[in-house]
This record gives sequence, C-alpha cells and structure tokens, in this order.
Amino acid sequence: MPVELLFALEVILNGLMTGVLYSLVALGFVLIFKASGVFNYAQGIMALFAALTLVGFQDGQIPFAHLINAIFGTDLHYFGWKLPAVLATIFALLVMLGFAILVERLILKHLVNQEPIILFMATIGLGYFMEGMGDLMWGSDIKAMDVGLPKGGSFWWEDVTRTWAAEGTEYWGMYVDVLDVWAAVVAVVLVVALSAFSQYTKAGRALRAVADDHQAALSVGISLRTIWVMTWAIAGLVALVAGIMWGSKSGVQFSLSLIALKALPVLLLGGFTSIPGAIVGGLIIGVGEKLFEFYIGPMIGGATENWFAFMLALVFLVFRPQGLFGDKIIERV
Amino acid sequence: MLYREAGDFKTSYQDDAQTFPIAFDRYRYYFVLFVAFAVIPFMITEYWEKAVLVPFLVFAIAAMGLNILTGYCGQVSLGTGGFMAVGAYAAYKLMTGFPDLNIFFVVLLAGGVTAGVGLVFGLPSLRIKGFYLAVATLAAQFFLVWLVNKWPWLYNYSASGQITAPERSVLGVSVTGPDVAPWASYLFCLVFVVLLAWLMRNLTRGRIGRQWMAIRDMDIAAEIIGVNPMTAKLTAFALSSFYIGVAGALFFAVYLGAGESESFGILQSFIVLFAIIIGGLGSIFGSFIGAAFMILMPVLLKNVLAGYLGWPTSIATHMEFVIVGALIVVFLILEPHGLAALWRLAKEKLRLWPFPY
Amino acid sequence: MKMTKLALAAAAAMTAATPALADLVIPTLNYRTGPFAPNGIPYADGFSDYLKLLNARDGGVGGVEIRELECETAYNTQKGVECYEATKGEGALVYIPQSTGITYQLIPKASVDEIPVHSIGYGRTSAADGKVFEWIFNYPGTYWDAASILTKHALDMEGGSLEGKNIVLLHHNSAYGREPIRTLEELATKHGFTLSLLPVDSPGQVQNSQWLEIRRSRPDFVFFWGWGVMNQVAIQEAANIRFPMDRFMGVWWSGAETDVLPAGAGADGYKAITWHQPGMDFPIYDDLKAHVYDAGNTSGDGAHIGTVLYNRGLYAAIVTTEAIRKAQEIHGVADITPPMMRDGMEALEITADRWAELGLEDFTGPISISCEDHGAPGVAAIQQWDASAEQWTLVTDFIEPDKDVVDALIVADAAAYAQEQGITPRTCE
Repeated sequence: MPVELLFALEVILNGLMTGVLYSLVALGFVLIFKASGVFNYAQGIMALFAALTLVGFQDGQIPFAHLINAIFGTDLHYFGWKLPAVLATIFALLVMLGFAILVERLILKHLVNQEPIILFMATIGLGYFMEGMGDLMWGSDIKAMDVGLPKGGSFWWEDVTRTWAAEGTEYWGMYVDVLDVWAAVVAVVLVVALSAFSQYTKAGRALRAVADDHQAALSVGISLRTIWVMTWAIAGLVALVAGIMWGSKSGVQFSLSLIALKALPVLLLGGFTSIPGAIVGGLIIGVGEKLFEFYIGPMIGGATENWFAFMLALVFLVFRPQGLFGDKIIERV
Repeated sequence: MLYREAGDFKTSYQDDAQTFPIAFDRYRYYFVLFVAFAVIPFMITEYWEKAVLVPFLVFAIAAMGLNILTGYCGQVSLGTGGFMAVGAYAAYKLMTGFPDLNIFFVVLLAGGVTAGVGLVFGLPSLRIKGFYLAVATLAAQFFLVWLVNKWPWLYNYSASGQITAPERSVLGVSVTGPDVAPWASYLFCLVFVVLLAWLMRNLTRGRIGRQWMAIRDMDIAAEIIGVNPMTAKLTAFALSSFYIGVAGALFFAVYLGAGESESFGILQSFIVLFAIIIGGLGSIFGSFIGAAFMILMPVLLKNVLAGYLGWPTSIATHMEFVIVGALIVVFLILEPHGLAALWRLAKEKLRLWPFPY
Repeated sequence: MKMTKLALAAAAAMTAATPALADLVIPTLNYRTGPFAPNGIPYADGFSDYLKLLNARDGGVGGVEIRELECETAYNTQKGVECYEATKGEGALVYIPQSTGITYQLIPKASVDEIPVHSIGYGRTSAADGKVFEWIFNYPGTYWDAASILTKHALDMEGGSLEGKNIVLLHHNSAYGREPIRTLEELATKHGFTLSLLPVDSPGQVQNSQWLEIRRSRPDFVFFWGWGVMNQVAIQEAANIRFPMDRFMGVWWSGAETDVLPAGAGADGYKAITWHQPGMDFPIYDDLKAHVYDAGNTSGDGAHIGTVLYNRGLYAAIVTTEAIRKAQEIHGVADITPPMMRDGMEALEITADRWAELGLEDFTGPISISCEDHGAPGVAAIQQWDASAEQWTLVTDFIEPDKDVVDALIVADAAAYAQEQGITPRTCE
C-alpha cells in the first residue's frame, strides 16, 4: 500500500479511538437525558469529581484536609495508607451512588415537572457546587491517575503495519495508543452491559418505561425516584470510567471537567436519547475532526478541532434535526 | 400600605398601557434613574467602577440581548461569548480604522456588525430546536473565537494578537483608554443600558415582541395563526446579537481596555445564560437582577469571605463556588421562573399587605 | 484630564496623610484555583514563604514590615482587574500579574496610575524596551530570549549547524503561544532551518492529531509553548509516540514537576528552559526551615517546597524585595512609594556575590537592569527531567540569547506600540 494511504488509515484509526473516548463522556449525558429529560451540565464535573475521589482513596488522602488545617491549625494530609486500585474504584463508586441519592433527594425531587431549561439550570448550580466541593475535598493539585492501565504506542501494531508499506519506502508503522484500545474495549463492555441491563432486568425495563413516558410509568407503579437514583448512579459510573480514561492521559486536574464540551457535538450528531447514537456519533466526530485537521487544517491555520466537530454536527442537524438516532420529533398543536 | 393602586386612576389608554401602571413603581423607577445618573457618578470610585458597576452594566446589556432570543423568542443560545468577540473586534477595527468616528457610533456599528453575523448563525434555528439548537450555537461560539484568533487583519497584525483600545472621547471627555475618569466610563455604559432597555421594552410589547412570544410558546401554532417563523426568529437573532455586540464592544473598549480571543470563551456564554435563567426568562428586570447575581455575587462573596472574614483566598474561592451553586439550586427550587418572578410575587403580596384577604 | 490629575493628587495626599501605613505592600495576584491551579500554587507558596522569612528573620526590608495582599484571580482576566482595583488603594508597590492576559490589561492602566508592573518571564515581550515602557518590567527574560536560547541549544546538539533541519513549534493557540513565532521565523532564515507551526487550541486535552503529524514528519526538534493541561498531555503524547525526549524542549512554563509527573517514566529526558536552579541545595532553605516551616507558617500544604515553580516564586520574591532595598537606598526612605519602587527596579543590580549572600549561590545569573533594558539579562539554562529520581537537573550553563536578532525585534515592536498609543519614548540619560 502507498504510504499516503496508510497514513490516512492511521489518522482514521486514531480518530476512531478518540471518538470512543468522546462517546464515553456522551454516554453519561444520554443516560440521564433519556431517563429524566435533564440535560446534565454537570456531567464533566462529575467525571472530575469521580476521578478525584478515586485517586484520593488510592493515595489515602484525607478529605477536606485543606479546610480542616485552615480552621483548626492542624497539619493533616494523608491517612498514611494506600488502597489497591480495585478497592479504591469500588469506594469511588459508592461515593457516586451516595451522590446520586443526594441529588435526587435535594434537587430533583423538588423540581419534578419543571421545564427542561429549569432542570438544566439546576444541574449548572450542581456543577458549580461540585466544582468547589471537589477542590475543597481533594485539593487543586494535579494528581497522577494510575489504576494499572497500560499506556503508550503499541509496538506490535507498529511492526504489523510496517510490513504493509510498499518495499523500499520509508514507513515506520502505524501508531495506536494502547490506552485508547483499552478505552474502546471498556466502552464496548459498558454499552453491552447497559443494553443487557435495560433489556433483560426488571429494573432496566422500568428504566425504559420511565424514559418513554413518566406519567404512564408512574401509573403502573414504577417509582420515579428510585429510577432517578438509579440513572444518576449509572451516570456516575460512566463518569468514573470517563474520568479514569481521560485522567490517565492528562493527570487528574480541573481541566478534566472541560471534556464535557467535547461530548456535546457527539450528542448532537447521535441524538440526545440514543445510546448507540452516542457511540456512532463519537466515532464520526472523532474521524471527521482528525481528517479535517490533517487535510484542511493546515490551509486555514490549524487548531480547528474545537469548532469543526460542532460545525459538522450543525450541518448534519440541518438535514436531520433530531440527530442520527434521536427520537423523531413529533409536534402537535 | 405604601404600595397600592387605590386612588391611582387612569384617564387615558396611554396611561393604562404604560410600563409602570402603579404610581409607586413609577416613582421608584424615576428614583433609580435619578440615583444612577445624578448620585452615583459623584460617588463612584475606581474599584466600584471596574469591579462592580461597569461589568454589571455590560453584562446587563448582554443578558438583555440573550433574553430577547431565549426569554422572548424561546431559542436557547450558547454563542454569546462568540458574538461578544465579534462586537469587540469590530469595535477595535472601527476605532483604529476610523480614528475620527465618535466612539458612541463605533459601539453602535459594532453592534450592527454583530447583528449581521448573528443573522447568519440564526439560520439553522429554522430547522433545529431546543437543546439541539443550544448545542448547535456552540458552533458559533467556537468558530468565532477561533476566527478572531486566526485572522491577523482583525488585530492589525500585532505579534501577539492582543488588542488594546486607543483613547477616544465623547463630548471632550475620554471614555476609553487608560486615563478615564470612573464616572465617565460608568455614564457612557449607563446611557447604552438605558437606551437599550427602553428599546427592548417597546419592542417586546409591540407587534414584533408578540410574534416572538407566539413562536416561543409554540412555533407551529404561531405559524398557523400567521406569524412568519423565519422573520420572527431571524429578527430575534439579529436584535439579540446587536445587543450582545454592543455589550462586547463595551466589554473590550470601556471595561477592560484590552482583549484577546480567550477573553470571549465559552465561560462568558454560560455566565450570560445563567444570568437570564436565574434572573428570569422574558423579563427585562430579570436580565438586570440576573446579571447582578452572576457578576456581583462572586465579588461580594470574595470580599466577605476573603476580605472580611480573612479566610485563605483559595478556600474562599472554593466556597464561593459552593455557595453560588447552592444558591442557584435553592432559588430554582423556591421559584423556578427566576428572581424576577420572586420579585413579582413579592409585589403581589405587598399590594395586599397588610390585609391579605 | 485635569479632573483625574486632581483626583489622583488628592488621593495621593490622602494616602500620604495616613501615617499608619508604615509597611511595604506587595499584592500577589495568585491563582490557587481554576484550571491552572497546579502551576499557580507552588509559585504562590514560594513567593509568600520568602516574604514570611524576611518578616520573621529581618523584620521586613530596611526595618519596614512587608504586607502581602493575596488576591485570587483563578487566572481570569476579569478577576485580575478586580484584584488590581481592590488592592491598588492600599499603596501597592508593584504588581506581578502572573498572567499574560492580566499583564496586557495592566500595562496602560499602571502606567497612568504610576505603579510598576513586573511580568517575570511572561507578558509583553517588547516591554523590555524601557524607553517606551517606563513602568513595565519583564526581567529576567522574555519569550524571544527563550526561543533564541532553545535554538542555540539545538545548535549545540547538532554540532553548530541547523542547516536543513526541521523544527516544529507546538504552541498554545493564544497570545502567549504565538509570542515566539516572530523570533523563530527570524532565526529560521538566519540558521537555515525550516519552522513549522502546530497550534493547539485551549485547553489542549486532545492533541493526537498534532502528535501524529509530528510522528509522520519526524522533526529534528519540537519546541513547546504549552500551558495548563496542554503540558501534561503533550508530554504524555510525546512519550507515547516515543519521540526522543531530549529533542523535545519546553519553555519555562512547561517545565515543572506537575507537568512531567503524570506521564511517569515516559517523561524521562524531557528538557525545558529555566532561568534558575531547581532543588533545595541552597543555604536559604535552612533559614526558611528555621523561620518559616518550623514555625508552622508554611504557605499551602508545604508539598511543593523545592520544586521548580516554588523556586520561581522565591526568585520573584527576591528580585522584588531586592528592588525595594535598592529603592530605599536610592531615596533614603524606608517606607517607599510606587514611583520610588520603580526607580529601585530600574537600578536593580544583583551580582553573583549578592546571590550567594542571599543564600542562593549559583541559583541564577547576575541581574543588572537599566533604563533602556527592562528585560535584562535574558540568560537561561536548559534543565532536564530525570524520571527515576523525579527531579530536574541543569544540563547546560546559563546561555546568552542571540541579542542581534532579539533586540532588533523588541525595538521594532515597542516603536509600533508607542506610535499606536501616542507615547514619546524617553531618552534615558
């Protein structure tokens, strides 16, 4: 194969991998939007918070140490133990579950039947709150995320692809980040598990019933509040996974919460209500923005990735206003 | 007691249709205007100007602009920061390109340029609705900020892409540049605020405003009764962008005096959107109170927590976020339709007080 | 215009009339929160620990206590303006904005308010021209110096010629990241290398297309102007594609422990430019321990002591307090005013001996500021990261920048600013 073609393939492959990472974040949005009609602005901050909690447990950090020290003049920082990654992950999950219960108790319960924009606003308040709270609990320092996932380019894949190039050409193989591959595997597992959960368990069916019609679900005896706790807890799980994947790339720090922005065009493209949409949308956005950055970007000055994804989604929406897999918008007077 | 309508008779239709039908409200309004124009300029210090009043006025204009679009016409937009950038860079180009042009017209023209850009980005709204549109307007946000960063002509080919406002004056008093008296920049912004609020009030209760509201409440129904959705939505986009462009021009030229593309990030879009939702959608008063909440609350909290209570600055800042977040949620639970609705409720109560039955 | 002058005079008279203000006020525009907090915290800690040391050990400078006014900016320009207005009435001697955006904001304002601004290794590069920028200082160096020193180091590594080589500048797509372009373009024509630019949009979490491009084009060097999360991601990506790390060189804001630690062993060998030594092997740390740490006055949680950015905070505090000392010397008053502070900064001279006296022998090069040159000396060294020992070490001596190229550019840019703003440059006699 000619080198140029191989290179294009490499770009596409990496785009797909990045797309999976976007999908991971988008998934959390979709879950909550589907079940409760809430556009959850705080999803990115939840990912940050979950990752901070995980690393905090792992390193045995004392929560609120900074605050306690400032008030009581003590000098506390660490408990002095380190938890294995698995245990810390379980604890972090428990925290996210507790968080889901609190969100339902303190916020959602009081805002039943409000307009979507009000609920959106409430999640913004929640986002602000958690942003401050996360920093107060765990400090604003950057922390390395290490749960034992491998990172770095894959040698094996490089060697395999090097042989694809035509004889005598200078080609050093295709690059793929092992961490990205892992992320893709995890994403697939997650989606399969979620689909199985919503297809084959009672709770899952209740979840779908609520997503279809709150009122009807209520009338057949499904507890809205339990379902909401459940969706927020699942979204918390997805946030934790996204936090782990992105945190392994950049360290756990405030900027992690900004990945939510990368998930928005994915939502647009895939539709707010479709889990497969989030995956396919992520892949299209990932590949699209990489190809554009490579082949058109240099002509117009580069750094196009931030806006191109949105433009792509926008153009797409003009032809299909509900996204790729979104529920058809039916309007009645 | 004080606040009642008894004895306040209307003898003409004009009286009946006025903005403040209750005499007390009217006096309060005149009083606020009096304080704003005749008292504050004599008391204003540089801290109050730069940290409190001018940012408040600038964001009030932006909030009014977004309220036209979101509150009255029902189109949620997250592109405010990008449109403010257009206003700011347009103002910069006009100021440096036409040094003799009065800054007052520069600001208005910058608003006009932004209106044109807003019109273009408003086109997809004819097809896309709801949160899809909100996210789609992010395309405008990111694209415009990228563009002002990438197009050297816009910042006169300077090495760093920073723009600095040259000195310009109105009636012999300089209002931009480093050497501006606090009262001058404050009054300059205030004039725009009052003019634009007046314009908005009259637009929204006229034909065009009613069209917007019909579209907001249900666009299909509005279409059936003969409202042209294209004109209604596009005028809303254009006017809203005009306001936001003016806000952007003032933000750059009067408030900060210098700017770069990053000053107009997504954060500004969010702040303005939060302001109108907290303040109240579809309410001019709500735009003001929302802007006050988003701009002044952090400053107030900072002064109380770090200045008065003497907490370490980092903890004070984190607490600021916690408190603002909690307040947003509490206000929404108390009154989902914003602070303006809370205010309305209080007025209703006051009218009947002390005999509620 | 007259009104303002009058008001200023009145304000000055009022502050002068208040005798209680017998302290040296230094506002610090820190960012301990927000997306850049990991970089802001160590610096802020270092700065304030040194001021605490002076207060505890010497009773301030020249017998006058130093009062630090900490103000949180979260690296946000609007908050920075608020901080400036909130603190300037307290008699602030000098502003260290800690952000390029805030620096640009303060340049015109501070010049009118007559308070010096000191952007230490950032801000507007052409502010090094003291004739135009009377109140602005940016010693000990500018990004243009940094670009030229990095190029010199690359020259050394290549045995004296960059002819036909390929250098990529991976930069933050903002005013800050674009600063070195002009210099590097000049240097590219001078040394015959090709320069290609790879901008990364803020915040910079996704860089794989940039790194795929680097992997494909195999440049000889990558110069790196990053900030915030962009640093950690870039270093991680470089490690991932197994780019030779000793040919990947960052500016001084991309070379701290926080930037390399998340990448783990992969970051080994990464280089960055710096103008001071990292580490704790200096006598000053004994004093700090005795007077600050052991007294329980450590700023922050003390986790960053001895890191690159902590030392940079120390450095900033030292050049500031030394300038105060100089100002006191020149004017013979202990309780100085901002204009006196400016004179002190302009006449600042810290020799190698003085550095040793301060307990920081060989910590950095000697400084000598003059009326013309507010950006002296511009020398810097290259440090390299050792991932197994988790520390930075200097691998070169302090290198002089290519003054022929840099100075001409500074004069041209300053002249353009002076013309735009209607400033008549001083003569400096």
